[in-house]
Amino acid sequence: MKWLQRMLAVASKETRQLLRDRVTFGLIVGIPAMQIALFGYAINFDVRDLDAVVLDQARSSLSRQLVGDLAATQVMRIAWQADSADEFDQTLQRGDANIGVVILPDLERRLADGAAALQIVVDGSQPSLENVAQGLAAMPILRRPGAALQDATSVAVRVEYNAEKRTAVQVVPALVGTILNITMVIFTAGAIVRERERGNLELLITTPVSRGQLMTGKLLPYIVIGLIQTTLILALGHALFSVPIVGSLAEVYAGAALFIAATLALGLFISTVTKTQFQAFQVAFMTMLPSILMSGFVFPFDGMPRVAQWIAQLLPLTHFVEIIRGIVLRGAHLWDMPEQVAKLGLFFAVMLTASVLRFHKRLD
Amino acid sequence: MTNAITARGLTRRFGSVLAVDRVDLDVPAQQIYGFLGPNGSGKSTTIRMMCGLLKPSAGSVTVLGHDALTEAETVRMKLGYMTQKFSLWDDLSVRENLDFMCRVFGLTATMRRERVAARIKEYQLDEFCGRLAGTLSGGQRQRLALAAATLHEPQLLLLDEPTSAVDPQSRRDFWEKLFDLVARGSTILVSTHYMDEAERCHRLAILDHGRVVVEGAPKQLARDIDASVVEVECVDLPAARRVLTGEPAVLSIAQLGSRLHVLIERSLAEPEREVERILRGRCETVTIERVTATLEDVFVAATALRGDEARAA
Ligand SMILES: Nc1ncnc2c1ncn2[C@@H]1O[C@H](COP(=O)(O)OP(=O)(O)O)[C@@H](O)[C@H]1O
Ligand SMILES: [Mg+2]
Repeated sequence: MKWLQRMLAVASKETRQLLRDRVTFGLIVGIPAMQIALFGYAINFDVRDLDAVVLDQARSSLSRQLVGDLAATQVMRIAWQADSADEFDQTLQRGDANIGVVILPDLERRLADGAAALQIVVDGSQPSLENVAQGLAAMPILRRPGAALQDATSVAVRVEYNAEKRTAVQVVPALVGTILNITMVIFTAGAIVRERERGNLELLITTPVSRGQLMTGKLLPYIVIGLIQTTLILALGHALFSVPIVGSLAEVYAGAALFIAATLALGLFISTVTKTQFQAFQVAFMTMLPSILMSGFVFPFDGMPRVAQWIAQLLPLTHFVEIIRGIVLRGAHLWDMPEQVAKLGLFFAVMLTASVLRFHKRLD
Repeated sequence: MTNAITARGLTRRFGSVLAVDRVDLDVPAQQIYGFLGPNGSGKSTTIRMMCGLLKPSAGSVTVLGHDALTEAETVRMKLGYMTQKFSLWDDLSVRENLDFMCRVFGLTATMRRERVAARIKEYQLDEFCGRLAGTLSGGQRQRLALAAATLHEPQLLLLDEPTSAVDPQSRRDFWEKLFDLVARGSTILVSTHYMDEAERCHRLAILDHGRVVVEGAPKQLARDIDASVVEVECVDLPAARRVLTGEPAVLSIAQLGSRLHVLIERSLAEPEREVERILRGRCETVTIERVTATLEDVFVAATALRGDEARAA
């Protein structure tokens, strides 16, 4: 009873301070809104009106129909019709077009044989365009029998990638994880260090409040905040990108709460090993980059080197991305993914224990 | 009567700095015990070891019958600590700060309401109980900090330079409160670098370079001072000072307003004659007389003389 009372005393103090801190409070709402706009639109393959050059060597009604379909996606605007291969190359080289489409002369026969009949040429110096190529590859209009894609930069465009679903649908659920990861670690990384920097710690640790009460009390308010952010991101994702939630909302929140607890514990641990808020934020950022890059959020998990995959296993975001995509997109249940749930739980337990053990109610 | 605090051979190093050096202390219960010493003399470090916040490098300290390090949690329940730097939360209101402290000390809701209301009244915090602590003046913060330290009615209060950054009137009021608390049975240990405050303590220890140089009741310390005090009034004080400096019988010289307090070897039977002899013909004096020592003299004698001894050794 007393245990709970002390823990809640810390939690309500933390909440009060948080609500009074305008900047932090702004970040709670601001970060998700900004990130979803940025990530949502930038990673979204619905890039609009890229200037394209078309070399139609078939000049048949089918080829004209294909070109029309491509233009209708609004991803590209047919800016140039090249008459020869030389003209096609020069247009791309001059940079007048970002993307080139080559329709081979024997289009009909190739389609009949199931051979590649269409080439999409992207500028390899602009990596973002590779995504576009991948996106185009997924367009249903091009998934006619035998219509395969190649690209001139020898970067593999995987026809299978994102085959049925639009990118935004994939990105937004994973974005829940990424945004939570960023904000939660930042919030708690400062939690203990801030008390130290402002000179409150000396008094705080001379009270009977225990290490466990202090740590859990500091986490609790942020779990609520994390769930508010989850709601915000999913709502924005639904409003802006029509991302559906196929699975159960309750399970989304349960999974999110577990992930939030795990990242908060990580932040708390950072807070106990650093001396200043500045150091804490530096370390927090260090943990964020691998999380974002290796969790399968930006790059497909399967394509990563073995070592990176191992590291990714240590990151809570990796497991959460799988959980949330499972629930939101496939309508899976938490109990369908016991391994991921267990890994998150383990991460939380280890980090919280480490924080409590690291932290001493002493100044030396 | 048993001691509230007992320290034996208490020592603390920070790297090469010896912050507290083999301190022995016996702080009697239900009295005000003072730590007097210049900045860096080890007052805060000693108090922190009493709270179990720092681990002694050697020696030990027992607080209210418990070892301050190994039984820190037991000690902390019975202890009120006022840190040198204000350490309540600037972004919480006066009432919220008090309420939080009550809750971490495990007071029930009813007790909490009672105590917070009582302290707000007692320490004249009514006017600003809704204000954020960060917006209070030095004196108001200090009252808040003392109110917070006494919420759980601790047997022992450790106050680390509570009156620095506080105006004289607030300092007087503050000491009234301390005497009230002692009258109700508390033991108080207070560190200070103000002589007038040290004078009010029942007992005090003068600290210098981490060592307790003298210890006792202020009156007794003045009587027992290890030197005779001669007061010199003259036209050109700096000149007199120059003449006296370096004389073998002169232990130290301190200026008090328009007079010099000269500490002379205790063994000399007529110290004022000796001063007169030194100054005669070299400096125009007005009066030279032997006076009883003040606590300031005790402090100067203890710190300066020990310093000399240390240098000689
Ligand atoms: N955490 C610390 N790290 C290193 N040196 C310290 C630390 N705390 C105190 N000191 C040193 O110990 C000595 C005593 O300091 P302190 O106890 O704060 O003195 P006081 O409170 O009397 O001013 C000083 O020389 C100070 O610089
Ligand atoms: Mg100090």
